[in-house]
Amino acid sequence: MKNKKLLWNLLYVFVIIGIGYFIYLSSAHVNYIWRWKNIPSFIVYNSQDTIDSPVSGIVENYKNKTLYIKSVKGKIEALKVEHPEVEKGQVVDKDDELGYNTHYRSGPLLVGLYMTLKISIMAMVVAMFLGLITGLMRISSNPLLKNLALTYIELVRGTPLLVQLFIFYFFIGTVFHLDRLVSGVGALSVFEGAYIAEIIRAGIQSIHKGQREAALSLGMNYYQIMRHIIMPQAIKRTMPAMAGQFISLIKDSSLVSVISITDLTKAGREIITSTFSPFEVWFTVAFMYLVLTYSLSFLTQIIERKMAKSD
Amino acid sequence: MTNTIIKAENVYKTYPGGVEALKDVSLTVSKGEVVVIIGASGSGKSTFLRTLNRLEKIDSGKITIDNMEITNPKIKITSLRSEIGMVFQHFNLFPHLSVLNNVVLAQTIVKKRDRKESVEIAMELLRRVGIDDKADMYPGQLSGGQQQRVAIARSLAMKPKIMLFDEATSALDPEMVGGVLDIMKSLAKEGMTMVVVTHEMGFAKEVADRVIYMDEGRIVEAGTPKTVFSGAKSERLKQFLSQIL
Repeated sequence: MKNKKLLWNLLYVFVIIGIGYFIYLSSAHVNYIWRWKNIPSFIVYNSQDTIDSPVSGIVENYKNKTLYIKSVKGKIEALKVEHPEVEKGQVVDKDDELGYNTHYRSGPLLVGLYMTLKISIMAMVVAMFLGLITGLMRISSNPLLKNLALTYIELVRGTPLLVQLFIFYFFIGTVFHLDRLVSGVGALSVFEGAYIAEIIRAGIQSIHKGQREAALSLGMNYYQIMRHIIMPQAIKRTMPAMAGQFISLIKDSSLVSVISITDLTKAGREIITSTFSPFEVWFTVAFMYLVLTYSLSFLTQIIERKMAKSD
Repeated sequence: MTNTIIKAENVYKTYPGGVEALKDVSLTVSKGEVVVIIGASGSGKSTFLRTLNRLEKIDSGKITIDNMEITNPKIKITSLRSEIGMVFQHFNLFPHLSVLNNVVLAQTIVKKRDRKESVEIAMELLRRVGIDDKADMYPGQLSGGQQQRVAIARSLAMKPKIMLFDEATSALDPEMVGGVLDIMKSLAKEGMTMVVVTHEMGFAKEVADRVIYMDEGRIVEAGTPKTVFSGAKSERLKQFLSQIL
């Protein structure tokens, strides 16, 4: 039995290698030249900052990566220089190059990833809020609230996110003079909020009505029942669906690149225009999205396991 | 009658589907009285019980609890409900809260007692129902009988004037029924006003001051256990009793 499983797993590895080889062959077929070497520098790169002498004087000493320069007036200046290009006793003028320091800096892909993360988190917070309100309105017995919620949900779920993004940016954004980031986050939040509303509605409705009745019979009001009885159980039950929705949100956020927000996807596009390495860049971009989404699903698994303990 | 605590007058209720659940039901219960409602399923007995704390709204008629007309839509029902304890067939404990917190929660948020006092009251009541050693467990870890005893403690913690029991033992394994009934009996002995919907005829005979027989949404017969069980007048009650006893 165990051997059989091993066999299938081995076969899995072979299939994956086969697919990889197939991709390589296809690229060779179109005479594609792989240039993976440059890619890491788009994530982080080592920059050199030259250090210029602030005064005219003489190099007194070099200790602990610090240059000591005695100025003409007799004052000693201490400067941090990792790689000095001057020697002890050398005379330097003001603004002469003394050497350089190296810094790790975020490349455009990492900056883009940060933007994607920022947009996603902002949109998540707003979408949660919108979804919660809409979800509660959706199950309300008041026709006004219920119909408003239904209209919102149907409109949003029936139209493509890309079109909504354009409407937000070109129409709402123009009317209210919104920044493109606000438009992007707004459109994403409104879109995901409609789905979260349905998740929350389903979560609330999945709680047995006896829970509500027991809480009512103890004298609790609507808010108390929601806050202490229904929501804690509903949230726990909707965790997997909610996590899935947040993962979708991260992926959907790539569409904001069309309104010129430099997220991970837009950063990738910009790099390609200068490097002509679309294959490497898109694979890298995809991998970076995968890191985000996988960390999120890993995190929710941990939370779910922790929450399951209270059962 | 100053001694009256529950007064239901000409209560009618029709479900949205068109089922007439209650037809002209009137009942008066005095303080400290134990009223047991019997009847076949679908006879309206549970519906009637649930109108007493307005879990079910009625179409017409009037229900007064402790001189408060609870069927008046203007009345603030939430605080009034805390004075009427209710025990359900399926316990309806809050599964995400420990046994202790099940009993504590409503005390702190409805009665605004501080946590320390609420815990003391809760532990005392849990001791009374014999579950104090399981205070830190979760409802899912308890047997049905234990859960129902916690549910009774949870209701009692609100210091209710009336206790309603809606088939409190129907969902229990037979060996669990006795323990729950014993608690109900001791409550009755202490002078708690109780309205009990049950199929436990033994309990009705032993504890009830009055037995009400309902059928098709109406009260068909009412009286002491002796007159109802031994001197049934209507054919339907005779038939019902012969089936159940």
